[in-house]
Amino acid sequence: MSSNCVKRFGGRWVSLVSHRGFSTSSEQGLKSLNLFSAINQALHIALDTDPRAYVFGEDVSFGGVFRCTTGLADRFGKSRVFNTPLCEQGIVGFGIGLAAMGNRAIAEIQFADYIYPAFDQIVNEAAKFRYRSGNQFNCGGLTIRAPYGAVGHGGHYHSQSPEAFFCHVPGIKVVIPRSPRQAKGLLLSCIRDPNPVVFFEPKWLYRLAVEEVPEDEYMLPLSEAEVVRQGSDITLVGWGAQLAIMEQACLDAEKEGISCELIDLKTLIPWDKETVEASVKKTGRLLISHEAPVTGGFGAEISASIVERCFSRLEAPVARVCGLDTPFPLVFEPFYMPNKNKILDAIKSTTEY
Amino acid sequence: MATQILRKSKTLIQKNQLFLLGSVVNKSTFSPPTFQSGVNPFVKCHHVSLLVNNPASLFSFSRFESTKAEAQLNLQNYVSEDEDNNQGIDFPGGKVAFTSEMRFISDSDHKRVPCYRVLDDNGEIMKFSNYVEVNKEMAVKMYSNMVTLQTMDIIFYEVQRQGRISFYLTSAGEEAVNIASAAALAFDDIILPQYREPGVLLWRGFTLQQFADQCFGNTSDFGRGRQMPIHYGSNKHNYFTVSSPIATQLPQAVGAAYSLKMEGKSACAVTYCGDGSTSEGDFHAALNFAAVMEAPVIFICRNNGWAISTPVEEQFRSDGVVVKGQAYGIKSIRVDGNDALAVYSAVHTAREMAIREKRPVLIEALTYRVGHHSTSDDSTKYRPNDEIEYWKMARNPVNKFKRWVERNGWWSDKDEIEVRSSVRKQLLEAIKLAEKEQKPPLEDMFNDVYDQLPSNLKEQERQLRETISKHPKDYPSDVPL
Repeated sequence: MSSNCVKRFGGRWVSLVSHRGFSTSSEQGLKSLNLFSAINQALHIALDTDPRAYVFGEDVSFGGVFRCTTGLADRFGKSRVFNTPLCEQGIVGFGIGLAAMGNRAIAEIQFADYIYPAFDQIVNEAAKFRYRSGNQFNCGGLTIRAPYGAVGHGGHYHSQSPEAFFCHVPGIKVVIPRSPRQAKGLLLSCIRDPNPVVFFEPKWLYRLAVEEVPEDEYMLPLSEAEVVRQGSDITLVGWGAQLAIMEQACLDAEKEGISCELIDLKTLIPWDKETVEASVKKTGRLLISHEAPVTGGFGAEISASIVERCFSRLEAPVARVCGLDTPFPLVFEPFYMPNKNKILDAIKSTTEY
Repeated sequence: MATQILRKSKTLIQKNQLFLLGSVVNKSTFSPPTFQSGVNPFVKCHHVSLLVNNPASLFSFSRFESTKAEAQLNLQNYVSEDEDNNQGIDFPGGKVAFTSEMRFISDSDHKRVPCYRVLDDNGEIMKFSNYVEVNKEMAVKMYSNMVTLQTMDIIFYEVQRQGRISFYLTSAGEEAVNIASAAALAFDDIILPQYREPGVLLWRGFTLQQFADQCFGNTSDFGRGRQMPIHYGSNKHNYFTVSSPIATQLPQAVGAAYSLKMEGKSACAVTYCGDGSTSEGDFHAALNFAAVMEAPVIFICRNNGWAISTPVEEQFRSDGVVVKGQAYGIKSIRVDGNDALAVYSAVHTAREMAIREKRPVLIEALTYRVGHHSTSDDSTKYRPNDEIEYWKMARNPVNKFKRWVERNGWWSDKDEIEVRSSVRKQLLEAIKLAEKEQKPPLEDMFNDVYDQLPSNLKEQERQLRETISKHPKDYPSDVPL
């Protein structure tokens, strides 16, 4: 794996990497794309390949506030790509009904921070639709897209990472891509997966992350973590935008002679324990990093599971470098964030333990 | 300027009234019930098609007796009537006239919205009734189904009291809403129920055995024993599985209706809720989405007076539920939910409108929950016995419909005895079988969380089986391993 370029932006390192590891398409059909364009391509393909696919949400008709739905209404018509009233529980409830009739309902929640009014529909309805009916009904065609995470100036309500709430809910899948290429392939898998999926998109990377993306259709498997960087001293696990920060920490650690293995979890539930377990058994150390507050974050679940499985192989306590237990604070964002040096320090203290 | 508008409105109303008068006189056989129009009815009264949809056609006489009511009707016209008035504002959504008068729209009408009915208290068809005819075969089937539903409730309630099933919830008092609404729909219409509409499923052919299997959570229960009793559902019967959260089915019904519209089907989605549901956000989300998406969905609100122990006065300050439709741009009607013919006519007509016009309809059925909320509730703690008795006896929807069916010579005491004893016998047999049947196997605890078993569930199933083998006495013996 190689790092192509590293940009400094708003005090935050964003690494834009291409991953030679996966082969999903011929190298010829590659095109340099940012993340929102990759999402846009996936939505075009989803609508084009399935006449029963629909895209809807607040402001999606004109292309969406992040431009992810640009051009869709023009191409596929306003009956398949449309604005909804400003009401998240309505969007998800509508999506469940649409999906339950055998359609692919691709719903957009404008910011993950605003997904909570739809929590009941997701947790009590979408997640249990198949189970409670004995598989007579399902809303597996439902995919809920929502931009999540820090963006440098988002404050409380345009920065949150609410993934852990949803990871506590049997019956849904939670997926977060780290890059444009991942976003396109994973989103298509989510849309076509026969289970309801919450797909969180790292909004900081919408424009920033640029990567060579296959132009053709391709899908990336769900519930499969990816070792994006091989190492022998410590395993780092993360997802979404945090991967780039972690990668920077890995590069710096390498300069100090510490070999880090970096894993992108990609699907948070049901998650790929085996890949993480195998890595920790090799390195003997584990560090998890996410933007969401540390307490009750998904890192806690990973930590507990890996301690259960690898207790005798661990040479140090599991480290968590995460957001702090405060609401997401505007001017204090640089203090709140699990940045590169916090991670680097934790790598060092864990390897020196 | 205001007077000018008033005068114009009056002219329109008068025209309208004459037009409708004519229609009432000329239509001797079938003219369907009328709906509160979501749009201002008076502005569009020259459209012949709106004859059906005009609220004045039924209630115009009584409403115009009150000058206050008239003034309020005129007030509605400020909003959109004054098209040639330059003193207005072109605002997104349409032109709005200006007025120099500072006047707040009233919080409610002087008179409550009348309740559409066909049968009077004696079960006779009221004079000048507009209704959809119900023939003998249909009437007898409807009545038999009501009796079956009653019998189901009596027996299952007893079975719960004996501790043989964990929970039950009756539809007593609401048999007419259940059966007559079901009868007015087509089988292709998709039902998204709340939990007090088992009669709809019964009408569609769900068998007494299937009801019993669900209540006992045995291996024949479609839901694999995962939900409490009364959470019925059947794909074959286009009846979505009941879930306990209130009002969540309503926005889903809009999505289902949108799908029917996109598929070009001549069918609608029909969803039920109670008066308490109308306070939930999902109710408002659903009505708004349905109107904006132009979805062929019928919302049937069973306003039965009580949300567990909360009476409607503590639920909302509006004139019930029917008036909420217009604010969302939805045609609405209030019907006597204890009058099977009124429910049948309103739902039948709503269905045609929803499908033909590709739009939602709201029906508020005034009824009464004669039973307790559920077997976990004792309603005598919060409401007077004589109120319950009044609704149980004097306003009993089954008895009222029976009087009409009997008057037509379509039903006899002999039929009554036969049906009641036959249903009772079948039900007791079904319960016996359901009770004997095995519970679903342990693997059904893990199946259907996802389409396929993920690794964490495989692992947990394996661990659980180990635990069971170590401590078999900790677990029920009737669940096959």
